[in-house]
Amino acid sequence: MLNRYPLWKNLMILLVLAIAGLYAVPNLYPDDFAIQVSGSRNTAAMDTATLERLEAALTASGVEAKATEMQQDGVGLIRLASSDAQLAAKEVITEQLGSGYVVALNLAPTTPDWLSSLGAGPMKLGLDLRGGVHFLLEVDMAQAVGQRLDVYVSEIKSKLRDEKLRYRAVDHLDDGRLAIRFVDAETRDTASSLLLRTYQEFLVDSQDIDGEAWLYVNLTEQTIREIEDYAIKQNLTTLRNRVNELGVAEPLVQRQGRNRIVVQLPGVQDAAAAKRIIGKTANLEFRLEAAPDASRALTETYDFRNQPGRTAVLEKDVIITGASVSNAQAAFDENGMPQVSITLDAKGGQLMNRVTRNAIQRRMAVLFVEYKQRTLVQTIDGERVEKRIPYTEKGIISLATIQSTLGNSFRITGLDSAQESSELALLLRAGALAAPIYFVEERTVGPSLGAENIELGTLSVQIGFALVLLFMFIYYKVFGLLANIALTLNLVLLVAVMSLLSATLTLPGIAGIVLTVGMAVDANVLIFERIKEELRNGLPVQSAIHSGFARAFTTILDANITTLIAAVILFAMGTGPVKGFAVTLSVGILTSMFTALLVTRALVNLVYGGRTLKKVMI
Amino acid sequence: MATPSKLYNFMGVRKLALAFSLILMLVSIGAIAVNGLKFGLDFTGGSLVEIGYETQADLEVVRDQLEGAGFENVVVQTFGSPRDVLIRLQADHDPALGDKVLNTLQAESEQTLELRRNEFVGSQVGEELREQGGLGMLLALFMIMVYLAFRFQLKFSLGAVLALVHDVIVVLGFFALLQVEFDLTVLAAVLAVIGYSLNDTIVVYDRIRENFRLMRKSDAIEVLNASLSQTLSRTLMTSITTLLVLIALFYFGGEMIHGFAMALLVGVVIGTYSSIYVAANALLVLKVTREDLLPPQKEDGEEAEELP
Repeated sequence: MLNRYPLWKNLMILLVLAIAGLYAVPNLYPDDFAIQVSGSRNTAAMDTATLERLEAALTASGVEAKATEMQQDGVGLIRLASSDAQLAAKEVITEQLGSGYVVALNLAPTTPDWLSSLGAGPMKLGLDLRGGVHFLLEVDMAQAVGQRLDVYVSEIKSKLRDEKLRYRAVDHLDDGRLAIRFVDAETRDTASSLLLRTYQEFLVDSQDIDGEAWLYVNLTEQTIREIEDYAIKQNLTTLRNRVNELGVAEPLVQRQGRNRIVVQLPGVQDAAAAKRIIGKTANLEFRLEAAPDASRALTETYDFRNQPGRTAVLEKDVIITGASVSNAQAAFDENGMPQVSITLDAKGGQLMNRVTRNAIQRRMAVLFVEYKQRTLVQTIDGERVEKRIPYTEKGIISLATIQSTLGNSFRITGLDSAQESSELALLLRAGALAAPIYFVEERTVGPSLGAENIELGTLSVQIGFALVLLFMFIYYKVFGLLANIALTLNLVLLVAVMSLLSATLTLPGIAGIVLTVGMAVDANVLIFERIKEELRNGLPVQSAIHSGFARAFTTILDANITTLIAAVILFAMGTGPVKGFAVTLSVGILTSMFTALLVTRALVNLVYGGRTLKKVMI
Repeated sequence: MATPSKLYNFMGVRKLALAFSLILMLVSIGAIAVNGLKFGLDFTGGSLVEIGYETQADLEVVRDQLEGAGFENVVVQTFGSPRDVLIRLQADHDPALGDKVLNTLQAESEQTLELRRNEFVGSQVGEELREQGGLGMLLALFMIMVYLAFRFQLKFSLGAVLALVHDVIVVLGFFALLQVEFDLTVLAAVLAVIGYSLNDTIVVYDRIRENFRLMRKSDAIEVLNASLSQTLSRTLMTSITTLLVLIALFYFGGEMIHGFAMALLVGVVIGTYSSIYVAANALLVLKVTREDLLPPQKEDGEEAEELP
């Protein structure tokens, strides 16, 4: 019979809608303000006993915890009633636990257990709704390659010395090449084949200039790419470690493009501290003090960081850098001065051992290295151009006499304050950045602005939605009512799909939902107008309904696919919030096609199908 | 039963519409060329700090306080409510900038101020985004053209893209003329306008295609008029519902979404107009004929006979 859906089809639609309802429901439960506590490293573990202790401490200081629970991976969660209670609780907990634990502010979903066991959960909120910090960092690739070349310079020198091949100088040129000057061409040729054998990644070029034998060393394209990839990966790891040390719930650290890294820290309220730790590209270098008779070409002079005017002459060769540090802890020495105890990895320990064995009673310097940048604004051809000039700041933090051969654990002193020692320990622990990074974008949204954005967004969805419902009902009467039910279901479906995809909801994303509400009725309008037209052409009611749906179909398909093309391109090129808009728009287009073509149809069939009708209200 | 739908002579004023569109385009292009778009932070790079005051803030005082503290090239304006102050700085990135500005202002105010937002975009990132945005728009237009050429026919695809270019230029022109800030969300809105306006155009084209097959004795103008008349109520209905939600968004969505809502409001109005007077008109200019749609006629022939 015309306009009747078989039972299975109705059931299918019901099933889809029921599932959608299930997955959309978690969004109705508001998130709890919570504190997330986890033990950092192996030193401190989180357990139920600790959690109970914290709860008692909170009660004692007048902050009531709503609930506490242990989650997987040794993470304890304490739920609180309000944002103020959350901040107060964090203070109490940090005080109770001391260092060794990571205490982070979080928003904990309150999805009932039976729902979360089905994998249902609320949509994630973007930074613009939740508050937090977004950074885009750029990795300085030229520096990454340059640093590796410096290491090669040291290695080549010791290699040539070991093989008793006499050279005059090994230099790292500005154009990214190494230049080695030899005593004679014969030595050069022996060295050339030695280097080629040892380093597959070298391309060498022999030249005789003014009777001097030169060897130029280039790195292969592939090696440079590998160095760059390594630098990014290393930096990602380091940044992840640092973010974890900071204590941020659900952070995001991700590569973007060839040389950029995105860091998102939702809910972080002390943005300045986050920036200081993340952005710090500090490293350490351990070097021997130069012997008084050392040639000036092999030494460099540095200032002391905390003692203006005092300088020391150090060897150019670096024994090890912060990259060899496997653990670092801030502590105080016998005199109550801040110090950092350092443990080196195996390779670093060996290097340190080898160098210090022959250098007892000489002094070793710890050099604090910081990569910074200056921005220079120039006007070239009337256009304002900003030029970034990276520079390194190196300062000695300690210069101490080597009493005995050093192994893989020792301590450094000469730091300014306890804050400096703990930050340095954190940075060393988290690992040094393989290459300096620069902030190229930063967005911080305060928590109250985020809350306000949610409020305004929700309000405009509600008002827009109500207006459309009213208008549709007035204009199409019964059919309008059916379309309104479909439109409501569309909204549920959209929210369900977004939640299932764990898509992030942003302010433009909410705008996308509003827009979808407006545009989703389009399919219904197309169908209804077509039915009206068929009725005007004299078709009986049932055939008019049938052909209205049938003939509007291709139009709806074409119109939606082209909109989808625009949305997909938007997704591909957009960042953050705009991506969120593209996602809601695309999902909205798909769900609205489902609801308009199937749900409205099913409803129309239920109301009008299979009856003999003379007239319909449309 | 019902009477056949009313026939409007849309194409009767097509020359007038053409002139109107041309003037609209010229004004828009002129505005873009003379004024230029007022690109927001996303595209220019720079720093921005939003501070919340408890009561209405005096912008002059804020500016003086900042300049007194050594900040240069400061632009101070309210954002949404008179209590929210937006401060733009040319300064390069300094992780502590937001706090510095806040502390400077806090020191001279008895109220408790709140750092609502702190943004920094490097000039290089901004430039890339501008380039990417333009490229994205061109890519969207191209992909749509290919799809339409495949689903309809080349003349239809040219007509649709012409209508889209028309809409995009008018929206951009609007932003250039009124010097409303053009940021990333506005770009997103412009792309959504492309999607929306296309939607409209396709509905009209679909009907034109159908009518070319049904109305064998009529000429192109008659077919177009009939098609536009038949789809008119749908075109208006959808525009009205979309405009309703956009108005809700414009008035209640908050300041951060203002530009977005405005671009879409302009875009939806102009998109509705263009799907009638630019997209359809373009078909006449391109001299579309029934023969252009011949190949697919065979498949649909049956249906056409079934429903006379």
